[in-house]
Amino acid sequence: MTGFGSGALGRVVRSGVGRRRVQTLVIAVATMMAVASAVVAGSLIVATNAPFDHAFARQHGAHITAEFDPAKVSAAQLAGTRRLDGVTASAGPFPSTTVNPVGPDGGHLPALTVVGRSGSGEDVDALDLKSGRWARKQGEVVLSASFSGPFLELGTKLRSSDAEDARTLTVVGFALSASGTAEMWATPAQVRSLVSGDGGLSNQMLYRFDSAATKAQIAADRKAIAAALPAGALVGTQSWLDTKHAADQGAAATIPFLVAFGVLGIVMSVIIVGSVISGAVGTSLRRIGILKAIGFTPREVVRAYVAQALIPAAAGIALGVVLGNVLAVPLLNDTESVYGTVSLSVAWWVDVVVPAGALLVVAVAALVPALRAGRLRTVEAIAVGRAPRTTRGQWAHRAAGRLPLPRPVTYGLASPFAHPVRAAAMVLAVTFGTVAATFAVGLTQSLNAVAHAQDPENRADVTAVSGGDGAGPGGGVVERRRAPAAPGSGQAPAASGPNQGQASADPAAVRAAIAAQSGTASYYGTTTGDAKVSGISGAVRAVLYQGDSRAGGYEMIAGHWLSGRGQVVVPTRFLERTGTRIGGSVRVTFQKETVSLRIVGEAFDTSDDGLRLHADLDSFAKAKPQVFHIEVKSGVSAATYARKLNAVVEPLGGAAFAESAPQGENMIVLLEAMAALLTFMLVSVAGLGVLNSVVLDTRERVHDLGVCKALGMSPRQTVTLVLASVAGIGVAGGLIGVPAGYALHDYVLPVMGRAAGTGLPPSVLDVYDTSQLVLLGLAGVLVALLGAMTPAGWAAKVRTATALRTE
Amino acid sequence: MTHVIELEGVAKRYGGADAPALGPVDLGVAQGEALAVTGPSGSGKSTLLNLIAGLDRPSEGSVTVAGQRIDRMGEHALARFRRERIGMVFQFFNLLDDLTVADNIQLPAQLTGTARRAAASRAGELMEVLGIQKHARAYPGRLSGGERQRVAVARALVNKPALLLADEPTGALDTASGQDVRELLVDLHRGGQTVVLVTHDLELARACATRTIHLVDGHVAVDTHAEAVR
Repeated sequence: MTGFGSGALGRVVRSGVGRRRVQTLVIAVATMMAVASAVVAGSLIVATNAPFDHAFARQHGAHITAEFDPAKVSAAQLAGTRRLDGVTASAGPFPSTTVNPVGPDGGHLPALTVVGRSGSGEDVDALDLKSGRWARKQGEVVLSASFSGPFLELGTKLRSSDAEDARTLTVVGFALSASGTAEMWATPAQVRSLVSGDGGLSNQMLYRFDSAATKAQIAADRKAIAAALPAGALVGTQSWLDTKHAADQGAAATIPFLVAFGVLGIVMSVIIVGSVISGAVGTSLRRIGILKAIGFTPREVVRAYVAQALIPAAAGIALGVVLGNVLAVPLLNDTESVYGTVSLSVAWWVDVVVPAGALLVVAVAALVPALRAGRLRTVEAIAVGRAPRTTRGQWAHRAAGRLPLPRPVTYGLASPFAHPVRAAAMVLAVTFGTVAATFAVGLTQSLNAVAHAQDPENRADVTAVSGGDGAGPGGGVVERRRAPAAPGSGQAPAASGPNQGQASADPAAVRAAIAAQSGTASYYGTTTGDAKVSGISGAVRAVLYQGDSRAGGYEMIAGHWLSGRGQVVVPTRFLERTGTRIGGSVRVTFQKETVSLRIVGEAFDTSDDGLRLHADLDSFAKAKPQVFHIEVKSGVSAATYARKLNAVVEPLGGAAFAESAPQGENMIVLLEAMAALLTFMLVSVAGLGVLNSVVLDTRERVHDLGVCKALGMSPRQTVTLVLASVAGIGVAGGLIGVPAGYALHDYVLPVMGRAAGTGLPPSVLDVYDTSQLVLLGLAGVLVALLGAMTPAGWAAKVRTATALRTE
Repeated sequence: MTHVIELEGVAKRYGGADAPALGPVDLGVAQGEALAVTGPSGSGKSTLLNLIAGLDRPSEGSVTVAGQRIDRMGEHALARFRRERIGMVFQFFNLLDDLTVADNIQLPAQLTGTARRAAASRAGELMEVLGIQKHARAYPGRLSGGERQRVAVARALVNKPALLLADEPTGALDTASGQDVRELLVDLHRGGQTVVLVTHDLELARACATRTIHLVDGHVAVDTHAEAVR
């Protein structure tokens, strides 16, 4: 006998696989689910491992994106910079400006940088066209793929601004730029035609350098460019290091989550596959004895039984790889849009390592009991099926018999103690399923809490704009609609370049109009601008609040929201960067006015790289509110209110509009989808583990069940007995799994937060309530009962006479 | 005379076999009668017993036991019928190894919903009568064959069944234990218990039964009545 395919050994293997159909199916399905979840988790871990670096390398991203004043430097002079020392590649010049587009429903997009390029492919920043095509003529634009969604689709018509003479721009494609060089692209002629008085024209150049790994090198590269051109020609640059930093932060947050699910999946797979195969071999000992009696050598027996496990497992593994790849694709697509990466696919080595590892686990799990079978003396092996059953668990029957419960229930409850190892494997399977479910439920709630906590000013029903010095970029951005995530950052795209069409009214007049407007429930004013903070180099975004701003207050990690003059609330990273703490002070310079503010709270705010500060507006004598966030009274239509208010403030130079409902954060949706998928798989595998164990148990006990039925046990009592045999296991799994899932959530969430550079408020961490935990515990019982349902039905249906004849 | 068992035209075929394993058979067993069913292997003895016990269904004919037409009953009703009307003793005892002797005996009573104390009391009576009381807390694996069969008999009688069915009750016992069980069955019959006994052992049949039917190829070849149990 040379193999499994032919000869006696082959026939033994094939008949063994065919005869034990349930076990064969369970091995195949359990390994399939385990491998599929491992492929999904593994490919996502790989995809989220430095996604920016992969995308940047693939697109030949720009180390420096530079904006030049066309009035001070010619295209020829710019073209000459590509020969500068250290420049390895360049692209441009491309005409560039800023637009404030208006959507088809009248909603405003944030200010967008639009760049004129004749195609997506360049030596530097070779854009990945995700859908549609490149803009070919006037009126056509390509948008950043991060905007793609129900709001903005191919064919959507935008207006370049809300001005009377605004151009109509049709979205013909969505593209990704890892370097984040723009959010909109069009033909060069189109860009020039979009230039308005507020949004001036600039020329964009994209450079790659031989040395651009550090901030110092980038600074030197920038200096070299500036030095080669007329003074004042270089008006702005963007470093790839800043883009990378923002992108990596978003990706880092998901790693602990994926690792948690990955470890759960792998441990559970090992337990289930090991238990399934050990059980399959263990229950075949008598058959093994017969094989040896008729002349099979111990080695052939071992090979036969390892093969019987490997055949269905191999089929399950192959299907699992396919299923894992199929399931991973949509999640990877989501990952692309979240991280701004390009064309992610399952890493080839994941498709090799995961199945190889699974085969190894199966082989080892099968080898141990198969070796035992191979070593077993023939007479003993044959006797296994006939010998009196183990006396383990008799104490449990004695104890259970005293319980004031029906006999089938007490008999079932004590049954698992006859096979403590098998029962332990079932408990572990249910435990891991419960851990996964508990963790996923908590994670989903936490992510929802995170989504709810972001940008609280967007919760206002109506926004009124007065405008003024600080209303534009560099002095403030009015975001009229919550924008899709920017590539790489997971944050709303910040506008760049001069803002257009901002209102400019007397804030006091706008405030008076709001106060006088019927239907006003409450309102507060804000102004946003760059501030200087002692201890932090560069500008820090500052949001100043006037009035009762509690409605727009951020979730607090510690301390409290603003309640008076001289107070400031800052995020975690701000405290870390400045080495301050709550109760301490910081000196803040805003619009040339320097004051010392007392830190009264640590806010859950990751915007602006986690450095945005929130202060009371009255602390700065010169600051005036540019935006008013208004809550309308119950029953008042926000749209009607906004229309009426706008009619009042528009003649003053202001504007009012109703806020759109915020959309879900892409990354949160992605994480929730992954959590749901991985939980479903883990819980299914747990159920299959229980199913297999109960099938084994029921098969072994079929004779006893036959005796019970002969004595008068009804089918219902038989089902009760079998289900009771797993109820205790379900309770134990729930009792262990729920606290473990709770603890895992408590551990992973702060790690995710730290990876994203923030602490987390109680509303994100304390998401479980008691009734929910009880229900999750019952879910463990449910998994166990569902897994046992099929064999229980089989036990009830089996003919008593047949069962009594079973050895 | 009241018949506890009434079989009319009963036949049983297994699978797609043309020839029945049993029958057609017509058989009536009176209350208080002790019937021995004998015959060679494959003659249909166990099939007949299974049909009477409601463990199997006939392919043809009707089976009425203790006044109930059991061939038409559903599984649930059959289970209830068995635990209330039938006591069974098997060749290999079929005791549950993980339950004590007392628990094994009480089990059928507990399945009927009998209160725990009442079931324990009834089990205690039977153990005393059958001389196995000292083994009440022992497990079956530690008992001799004869003792195990006494436990099986006690379990069969715990619900005071109208009919005691015994399938080769001495088949797995040594001579002394077999004699022990034989005497036990005789005593039970003398106490008025209706008994159907399947056996190869003609001595056992002669000792215990008031009537013997001999099956050959599924048919009743001989039906003899004894004057009295020896």
